[in-house]
Amino acid sequence: MSPAARRALRTACLAAALVATGQAVALEAARISFAELYASVGILGLTFSNKVQGLAGKPVAMRGYMAPPLKPEADFFVMTKEPVSLCPFCQSDADWPADIVVVYLQKGTTLTSNLDPIEVVGTLEVGSRTDARTGFVSLLRIVEAQLRRL
Amino acid sequence: MCCALSLVTAGEAATIYPIHRATILAGSLFDLKVEFDGVVQPEKVRVTINGAEYSQALGKTATFVEKEKGVDKSALILRDVSISTPGVYIVTASDGVTTNTISWEVYGTPGPRQARNVILFVGDGFSVAHRTAARILSKGISEGKYNGMLAMDEMPHMALVGTSGVDSVITDSANSMSAYTTGHKSSVNALGVYADRTPDTLDDPKVETITSLVKRKLRMAVGVVTNTEVEDATPAGMVAHTRRRSDYDVIVEQFYQSGVDVLMGGGSASFLPKSVPGSRRKDDQDFIAKFRQAGYSLATTDKEMREAAADPATQKLLGLFHPGNLDTVLDRKFLKKGTVEQFPNQPDLVDEVKAALSVLSRNPNGFVLMVESGLIDKQAHNLDWERAVMDTIMLDNAVAAAKAWAAPRNDTLILVTADHSHGLAIVGTVDDAAKGELMRDKIGVYADAGYPNYPQANAEGYPENLEVSRRLAVFFNNFPDYYETFRPKLDGPFVPAVQSPEKVYVANEKYKSAPGAMLRTGILPRDASQGVHTGEDVILTATGPGSERVMGFMNNTDVFRVMVEALAAGN
Repeated sequence: MSPAARRALRTACLAAALVATGQAVALEAARISFAELYASVGILGLTFSNKVQGLAGKPVAMRGYMAPPLKPEADFFVMTKEPVSLCPFCQSDADWPADIVVVYLQKGTTLTSNLDPIEVVGTLEVGSRTDARTGFVSLLRIVEAQLRRL
Repeated sequence: MCCALSLVTAGEAATIYPIHRATILAGSLFDLKVEFDGVVQPEKVRVTINGAEYSQALGKTATFVEKEKGVDKSALILRDVSISTPGVYIVTASDGVTTNTISWEVYGTPGPRQARNVILFVGDGFSVAHRTAARILSKGISEGKYNGMLAMDEMPHMALVGTSGVDSVITDSANSMSAYTTGHKSSVNALGVYADRTPDTLDDPKVETITSLVKRKLRMAVGVVTNTEVEDATPAGMVAHTRRRSDYDVIVEQFYQSGVDVLMGGGSASFLPKSVPGSRRKDDQDFIAKFRQAGYSLATTDKEMREAAADPATQKLLGLFHPGNLDTVLDRKFLKKGTVEQFPNQPDLVDEVKAALSVLSRNPNGFVLMVESGLIDKQAHNLDWERAVMDTIMLDNAVAAAKAWAAPRNDTLILVTADHSHGLAIVGTVDDAAKGELMRDKIGVYADAGYPNYPQANAEGYPENLEVSRRLAVFFNNFPDYYETFRPKLDGPFVPAVQSPEKVYVANEKYKSAPGAMLRTGILPRDASQGVHTGEDVILTATGPGSERVMGFMNNTDVFRVMVEALAAGN
């Protein structure tokens, strides 16, 4: 496939994803916000809220901001409470804030700007997982996700 | 002598670590590495020290690596060697075709031990303007004379310190701290190593830290106290050996292995196994548990820290008060901004120092304590000078506490310095009552500046109001695009620039609507999000036994020498 064709296909998939993530899908998924993720935030770790534990494995919709992709080969992105350029401690991968959600998108979705707020709809996964390709460790993920800009 | 020594016969000669003109404490450990500029035959390699085969001079044989990983060139590596006799050492390395000749100075510490204890205060990025502004805000000034002096001013010895590293005139906190703690220059981002050419960040030739040295040779206690993450470059410099300062997981492990007696600050996220929510580790090691098993008392709040320090049984103390950096004193004590609401029990640096002194002084062999006021730098990067100056006052309060502790003893060397500068200056005052349409027209310069009208400082030396009608006008000489508001940022630390979709940093629109805000077009590369370190000398003041060696201009590596000479650590 030529680069142009690949680009065209990607654009088409993105358009489809944007349509699919409309109001109807968002209504089926339970809304959850960054503020609702943790029951406690302590020096020796965070504890997940009852809401997070109850929604594990279920469809959720969550709003946040897309951090710049970690590495070109990554097939996920990090969603943050605030735009990552507004977070002074996010300059290297050692410096992520504690409250992040890793999003694995449905195949064929492309990523662009990291300034606009986004909404992600997908299945919530709870528990430690190390990304095979990048070694990035995450505790909360939204997988098979679709995304739209707000 | 030094300049005539580099003899290159043909092509590129080998690179030798420690580098030319290295000053090495007699008996301190270092790694010798020779990097050849190509694949060479081992039988043709010859490395000599003062004419003798290196293996004879150092008592060990090096490992020859035919092709270094990621480089495909040959190298010779010899770990953990030392030289016990002071003098000039001429080192040559030849591959049979080209030869490089360099020299080292090995110095002893001939005098008797003068100091039982050493306390090194580092204001990260602490520049002359911070010091002057702290004196104005904390002590007051009228008719040209200050109404009081800072504790760090009232020290009998003073020097200018040069901060540049091996690779650059501009330093970062890693290699500048490394110079203080090892006596060797290093490179940007590197700690306790000479930065070699291989991509592996943990194989670079090491030099011994003061922590290792005083524990190994003098059985002293060591304390590391900061208000940043303990893995951050300045505290890490006390123990770490890595080419990359962001190797936080490794640095925590190196702290653990160092046997450091008191370790306090933020950065708990790198102590938790990756399975714990809030962890930043990439492995399952639980360093909270490991430190506890090794006999450390754990404190996560101000109160726990005081209780642990007061307990005479406490010999080792781990204090972690924040998953990341602690908040500035302006946010903690006055504004309750930043993350203070989430983490309300953070200790003040002064109380950390008092607790550290209680625990460390239980070691009969004395101690070395490093105290960092680390947010001076973080806020200077943000162009938030008020927060940086308030944290400078906090540094001075910590110095005052240490001086008061040491005064009746006369056995403690106290040094107060910075690791590098920031580009800020006091230009005059901003007078809201001055005539003028634009805020810049309200800047008083020369006679029009007069004096600011901050309220008299409180009992701790802090003015309780920074947004007075005639305040200091402080500006930075390097910056990204940003909105100058001419006012303190009372709603939280300043974020001058944000990244645009084109991946360049642009002025943060959040401040555009501040009354009188003015766009300043940046003069830094557009990928710079903040102000940067600058290359000017920093000030070192010192008191106590051994402080008489502080004078004139000194390299940052000489500060290590002042400490080890006072401790006679080379004997």
